[in-house]
Amino acid sequence: MTNAALVLEDGRVFRGEAYGATGVSLGEVVFSTAMTGYQETLTDPSYHRQIVVQTAPQIGNTGWNDEDDESSKIWVAGYVVRDPARTPSNWRSKRGLDEELAKQGVVGISGLDTRTLTRHIREQGAMRAGVFSGSDLSDDASMVEQVKASAQMVGANLAVDVTTSSPYVVEAIGEKKFTVAALDLGIKSNTPRMMAARGIEVHVLPLTSSFEDILAVSPDGLFLSNGPGDPATQDHAIALTREALGRKLPLFGICFGNQILGRAVGRGTYKMRYGHRGINIPVIDVTTGKVAITSQNHGFALEGTPGEEFSSEFGRAVLSHYCPNDGTVEGVRLLDAPAFSVQYHPEAAAGPHDAAPLFDEFVTLMNEAR
Amino acid sequence: MPKRTDLKHILVIGSGPIVIGQACEFDYSGTQACRVLREEGIRVSLVNSNPATIMTDPEFADATYIEPITAEFVEKVIAQEKPDAILATLGGQTALNTAIALHERGVLEKYDVELIGADIDAIQRGEDRQIFKDLVRRIGAEVPRSAVCNTMDEVRKTVAELGLPVVIRPSFTMGGLGSGMAYTEEELERLAAIGLEESPVTEVLIEESVLGWKEYELELMRDRNDNVVVICSIENIDPMGVHTGDSVTVAPAMTLTDREYQHMRDVGIQVIREVGVDTGGCNIQFAIHPDNGRMVVIEMNPRVSRSSALASKATGFPIAKIAAKLAIGYTLDEITNDITGETPASFEPTLDYVVVKAPRFAFEKFPGADPTLTTTMKSVGEAMSIGRNFVEALGKALRSLETKSVGFWTQPDAEGVTLESTLKQLERGHDGRLYTVERALRLGASIEDVYRASGIDPWFIEQIAWLGTLRTELLDAPVLDEPLLRKAKRAGLSDRQISVLRPELAGEDGVRMLRHRLGVRPVYKTVDTCAAEFKSETPYHYSAYELDPAAESEVAEQREKPKVLILGSGPNRIGQGIEFDYSCVHAAMALREAGYETVMVNCNPETVSTDYDTSDRLYFEPLTFEDVLEVVHSEQQSGTVAGVIVQLGGQTPLGLAQRLSDAGVPVVGTTPEAIHLAEDRGQFGKVLTEAGLPAPKFGTATSFGEAKEIADEIGYPVLVRPSYVLGGRGMEIVYDEESLSGYIARATEVTPEHPVLVDRFLDDAIEIDVDALCDGDEVFIGGVMEHIEEAGVHSGDSSCALPPITLGASDIENVRRSTEAIARGIGVRGLLNVQYALKDDVLYVLEANPRASRTVPFVSKATAVSMAKAASRVMLGATIAELRAEGLLGRGSAACGR
Repeated sequence: MTNAALVLEDGRVFRGEAYGATGVSLGEVVFSTAMTGYQETLTDPSYHRQIVVQTAPQIGNTGWNDEDDESSKIWVAGYVVRDPARTPSNWRSKRGLDEELAKQGVVGISGLDTRTLTRHIREQGAMRAGVFSGSDLSDDASMVEQVKASAQMVGANLAVDVTTSSPYVVEAIGEKKFTVAALDLGIKSNTPRMMAARGIEVHVLPLTSSFEDILAVSPDGLFLSNGPGDPATQDHAIALTREALGRKLPLFGICFGNQILGRAVGRGTYKMRYGHRGINIPVIDVTTGKVAITSQNHGFALEGTPGEEFSSEFGRAVLSHYCPNDGTVEGVRLLDAPAFSVQYHPEAAAGPHDAAPLFDEFVTLMNEAR
Repeated sequence: MPKRTDLKHILVIGSGPIVIGQACEFDYSGTQACRVLREEGIRVSLVNSNPATIMTDPEFADATYIEPITAEFVEKVIAQEKPDAILATLGGQTALNTAIALHERGVLEKYDVELIGADIDAIQRGEDRQIFKDLVRRIGAEVPRSAVCNTMDEVRKTVAELGLPVVIRPSFTMGGLGSGMAYTEEELERLAAIGLEESPVTEVLIEESVLGWKEYELELMRDRNDNVVVICSIENIDPMGVHTGDSVTVAPAMTLTDREYQHMRDVGIQVIREVGVDTGGCNIQFAIHPDNGRMVVIEMNPRVSRSSALASKATGFPIAKIAAKLAIGYTLDEITNDITGETPASFEPTLDYVVVKAPRFAFEKFPGADPTLTTTMKSVGEAMSIGRNFVEALGKALRSLETKSVGFWTQPDAEGVTLESTLKQLERGHDGRLYTVERALRLGASIEDVYRASGIDPWFIEQIAWLGTLRTELLDAPVLDEPLLRKAKRAGLSDRQISVLRPELAGEDGVRMLRHRLGVRPVYKTVDTCAAEFKSETPYHYSAYELDPAAESEVAEQREKPKVLILGSGPNRIGQGIEFDYSCVHAAMALREAGYETVMVNCNPETVSTDYDTSDRLYFEPLTFEDVLEVVHSEQQSGTVAGVIVQLGGQTPLGLAQRLSDAGVPVVGTTPEAIHLAEDRGQFGKVLTEAGLPAPKFGTATSFGEAKEIADEIGYPVLVRPSYVLGGRGMEIVYDEESLSGYIARATEVTPEHPVLVDRFLDDAIEIDVDALCDGDEVFIGGVMEHIEEAGVHSGDSSCALPPITLGASDIENVRRSTEAIARGIGVRGLLNVQYALKDDVLYVLEANPRASRTVPFVSKATAVSMAKAASRVMLGATIAELRAEGLLGRGSAACGR
């Protein structure tokens, strides 16, 4: 057993055992309340530079398989669990989670009181932290120093780190009906799959793409993906979005993409105290009053009041969805242009499929625009 | 969508008497529903034949009918009350079947009453197996291949196609009554015939065997805006083939990937929509093939079920309460989550702990019964436990059951068991199967061997195997130091289990002293529905051991009000059921009203006492000495404990009285010494002699020789029984020497440390039961009941009448005087139950129990004086005179038949 510590920037230290790789990892400590889907969570690029705490205690039970990755690698900076599985059990499992974490060099910690930690984050807010183990474990003061010297999440431009280096195409399943340009800010594998299942050929483009690059694929619509970091840093993506809005190119954004569309129509974004990370989060559609249980992972949100209508350069818009837990704005819709976005994950993975019909809505928008 | 304004009067149908498969969980759900509806200003009428329920207390409904739950009687109630609607989804299968019968008799139409929650079509779609199967196929999901049969010929034809084994399930029965698995032609013939007989519509389903598949359940809720949420997923450790009520189950599901879980959730949601449960809860059961993930839907209950009660307690999400609100028109997002106090009910609870439920059986009471677990439910109760990991919760669940074994290693292995016989035993479900898993691993089986034999998912087996490793570590360690002790406690091991492995510590007390000296104590966490994402307003706690000594306990300070702990009765079993929970709940109500902070400790998920708003605080904990002592400590840290009540929860808490008292815990009410005076036959004999009261001749024997001598002296028939028992466990009437010898052979195995009592059996006597209250001086007679069956039929099995029918005024006066003498002689402070036999004008004292009896709810209902409420006050120092002045005791003892 190798000792490990999770050190928070406010000086609080939690002790446990090394899990996965040993060493040091720095990032923003956040908690996820999902009880299933750790493989999807770990490989979600939106968790780049974050240390993820799982509130569910028994993690790793179903091992690691070759199908459920949401990107090419594990993105979380560090991983914090209470009771990791020693032996996985699932018919699709190929190896253990600990083995996979070690292989990919992800420094984790186990055995600590994750509930006390979660309550601390809830009260004090998400903050910088570090996982230290093995020879990197030192006295508390110097570990706190290292944590304090690490980068802040506010002002961090992280999408550039996770975007694809070159464009690629995900073929439509069955008859191809549409072409969509998907701007990769940290896209998850299931997103193009969900579109492909609806007859959409998805051209996933690097964040550095110009609007001409987008037009070059003759898109019926533009998709803005999820992704990590502070949306305020995304001037380029926002500029691309404004071009698309100006040309009335149908547009659909999720998560980070929601923040980008919001900023493109003049709304501000802010950093939440501890964000929304889980797969049980209710969202209410202001128009229908219906509730969807959604998968979420965001630390920033759009400013405003749910249901609020406002005018923008591109016509009227409405803050279309909200989370009844705390009133956070969860979606925006333009009333005079074919564009909408949500703060949550209709592609789920992990999480419930309640919001999947949003992809159909995107299809409807593209149909109407023809 | 706000509340419907057209519903002004609702009839709630309860579930009637407790039967296997339908126990007090429906009192819990019905009580919640009644409470909610009345809070909403709706007139509530209630029909339930079971007087031992909280829901039939007068304050829970505007009109309560303690009548049989049959269409015939309910129709009369409808005619009388003219309700706008009927809520039948909270009263189990009984209520649902009654609703169907009312519909079929045209009663609903005739009186223009609406069925809310689920309408007739939905009930039929959910309950009729063929309709349900077609429906599942229509939404693109799978079911096991099967056919509905109405004759034996059809059964044989079907089996020729499907091959054996097959499952036989009769339509419209509850608790899996009449269902079973047939492996052979003979079993098929027998079981199918029984099934056809048991089904009210002479119909059975013959089904492809999914024996050995992984078994899961989802609890879902839907509102009238078509919002659907999953409240809880439950995984059965016992694979398919064992009724879910008899399985050890775990929440949340432990061995599903998100893909598998979401597929299950999608199908579940489609099913509840397609069945058309408009509002409220439902339970859907799934099976998953362990090797390829193929998932089939097994069945659904379009109503609140036993699993819903479990899911409510496991998550903190009150399904029945919310179901009642949805039934009158609210939508999930309009209802506040009580636990957080701010977020809405339109979400899915997430757990940062593991819940284990374990069934309690009563095979020892019925030596002839087949203890093999099948698709017919056989358990009589259950215990639930909460831990921060699976093994911690498992350890707590096993010791909550109060069986002979209280966790692994606490009983020696049966003689002659081998690895081979153990693996063989694992093939079929049985009581204590996880003990058998542990034994197999200890005897050298691999995880794979145990999986092959039992079909239990290897993940669970590995968890138990790891406990085996820990056991070795505990056995081998030169000294038990703090880190190792903490590790053991975090794995759910009790002090008693550790003491078995470390005999040098001189037993459980030695382990505890060491543990306290090393500062190894539990922290108390909170069930909050949201894994700490939001602040919780509701003090619903469970213990956990953390490795980090700085781990936080979440018990809030309470220094203004004195606290009273009420120890509940644990899992239901024969002789200790809902009646005791009733008394505990009443105590909580009375003491809260009297200005105390009430703290409930219990581990039975089916009860009203474990509803988070019955008491000011709830600890979901095993009722063992160790666990209770730690709760007392936790409460003492956060305020003043005025007293601990042990006499309302039956034998379980009563059995802890002496040790708690010795440990300095302020046990209130009748002292442990006085309890001993009543329970020890010799001591009690002295009390009777001093009071000049006759008792049947008796003697105590520790061997057959002694027993024979006594029996010869007092004459056959004699009543023989072990001492210190509840519910007549091991009691028999023996008519000759041979059967006496047989009894002794069996009985000494039941309780080796206690002798056997041999009583004269009073033929043709009238048995009388008295419930009384004593404040140390004055005695209040709550009720004198006359048994309709003659003495010798256990009081719990005989019918009784109140007021007594054949007793004269002088008999009753005699009963009164005797009861007063016994109460004073023992030194009762609180409740006392005395059983008498009247024969040839002599009033014999059979036994006296200084605690709440089974008849307390009955007496309270019949006389409108709550004995348990009054008793709880007396225990904390109030006098009978004071309670009389407060009006808590009515105007004297009308129940004595004066």
